[in-house]
Amino acid sequence: MSNHLLEIKGVHSGYGDVKVLHDINLYVEEGEILSVVGANGAGKTTLMRTISGQLPVTAGEILLHGTPVQHLPAHKIAAEGIIQVPEGRRLFPYMTVHENLLIGSTMKHVRADRQKNLEYIYNLLPRLKERETQMANTLSGGEQQMLAIGRALMENPKILMLDEPSLGLSPLLVGTVFDLIKTISAAGTTVLLVEQNVKQALKISQRTYVLENGVVAMEGPSSELIDDPYVKKAFLGL
Amino acid sequence: MSLMPSIINGASMGAIYGLIAMGLTLIFGTMRVTNFAHGAMLMLAMISAYSIWAVTGINPYLLIIIIGPLMFVLGYCTQMFLIRPVLRAESDKNDPIGVLLLTAGFSIVLENLALMIFGADYRMAQTSFSNTVFTFGNSSLSAPRLFGLIITLGVSALLWVFLQRTEPGRQLRATGQDRNTAALMGINSEQTFAVAFGISCALLAVAGLVLLPFYYVSPSVGGVFQTRAFIVVVLGGLGSVPGALVGGIIIGLIETIAAQFMTASVTSVLIYLVFLIVLFVKPSGLFGTKLD
Ligand SMILES: Nc1ncnc2c1ncn2[C@@H]1O[C@H](COP(=O)(O)OP(=O)(O)OP(=O)(O)O)[C@@H](O)[C@H]1O
Ligand SMILES: [Mg+2]
Repeated sequence: MSNHLLEIKGVHSGYGDVKVLHDINLYVEEGEILSVVGANGAGKTTLMRTISGQLPVTAGEILLHGTPVQHLPAHKIAAEGIIQVPEGRRLFPYMTVHENLLIGSTMKHVRADRQKNLEYIYNLLPRLKERETQMANTLSGGEQQMLAIGRALMENPKILMLDEPSLGLSPLLVGTVFDLIKTISAAGTTVLLVEQNVKQALKISQRTYVLENGVVAMEGPSSELIDDPYVKKAFLGL
Repeated sequence: MSLMPSIINGASMGAIYGLIAMGLTLIFGTMRVTNFAHGAMLMLAMISAYSIWAVTGINPYLLIIIIGPLMFVLGYCTQMFLIRPVLRAESDKNDPIGVLLLTAGFSIVLENLALMIFGADYRMAQTSFSNTVFTFGNSSLSAPRLFGLIITLGVSALLWVFLQRTEPGRQLRATGQDRNTAALMGINSEQTFAVAFGISCALLAVAGLVLLPFYYVSPSVGGVFQTRAFIVVVLGGLGSVPGALVGGIIIGLIETIAAQFMTASVTSVLIYLVFLIVLFVKPSGLFGTKLD
């Protein structure tokens, strides 16, 4: 029995004949910000989708509080509190900002907290409150990312997995998004952050895994990796 | 001669086309599946309603309390037991053709079953109000068509409220817009599909019952309506419920009003002409949004 919040043991996964992840071992500790970094095509999104039950685990297991969940379909993984903010936001384009948030509290066990969560999110992200009745597909990139995160918070995540939240944002907005992640973490939510913005990811997280070609190439405390010569050369452009 | 009766008659028939098209567009919009058994399922609703009426003589509109739930269950089960296995098997294909073939096959099965049990005869439910006519000034309106128009518009409004204002309605729309992301919200898309299919069939029950007092029932009755519904769905915009209603009424009006001035075959040409012009000007249909 492990006491990690989430543990990934020897997981293999991919798309049919295309094998992408090989023997991934990784754990997430309650309350931490964990980051997973890697170049384009390293398999970061594949890892997210595998944890979320959107791709089948071909070998190995995924444990939530020590209980295997890798056989569950995606909607049941969400019900377990493993919540993903997908790459590219994936908002419901023809729904208003408000409706996108409401959809986040579809599940019965989070419905009771709907009002409380709405207030919290609108308070945290007043920009969304201003755009409440606007269609999601008319929001700017930054607003869309805020909404995607807000929608996930409506689900009362035990672990919030963010797939490249800084993708396509201006440096100023990247800062805003990372501040938001810190706030969410400080409020007690465990965060698994996938990023290509390695510098920021290393700064914000306690521990980091480096993915390369579908395997874990390095892992360790972020404060150590940030000074590692290989990481500096490959990801930080130093 | 007043145009009023043909406008009401056309709008009434058109609203029924619209209701049938709404069922089709609801399934397409939610599941991205074209149901080729839609007409056959309408036929099933009409034949079962006719049979109950023939035995009991109950007002056809009241039969909704029996036929409505039965059709909902039929739709729900069609998704759960027939379509779901095929959708799962084809989940990694880009253009799943299996489901289309399945619904087409199902329609043939239903029609032949109806032929065996009901026979090929055309029958009409001669209700107490089938031939009732209301006179307003110098124009006269057929009662079942007027009732049909009112009921159909009312049910369309209910569907709109359901989709826009209720929890399951919102889940249905979310699933239609992005089923993979809906799953990340804890929504079971296969079950949502089943609800959409059930509602689609319940709408057919309403359409069938409204047609019953003034339209001939036979095992082949679905064909005409299915063809019309396909035109209406594309005209109104794939997946759009208001589009289906407006599209339906446009087609219904053209059909009846034009029929006063030209022969039926020319009317059909006119319908396709309007259809093509709309698509030429707005390829996504009147109320269409881009699907990706
Ligand atoms: N649907 C798919 N079918 C087949 N192969 C895929 C599919 N999606 C991704 N892959 C492959 O899996 C590998 C990993 O892709 P993945 O999207 O997980 O990378 P990533 O680390 O998220 O990259 P990025 O930083 O660009 O988002 C790539 O080689 C990619 O080509
Ligand atoms: Mg990715």
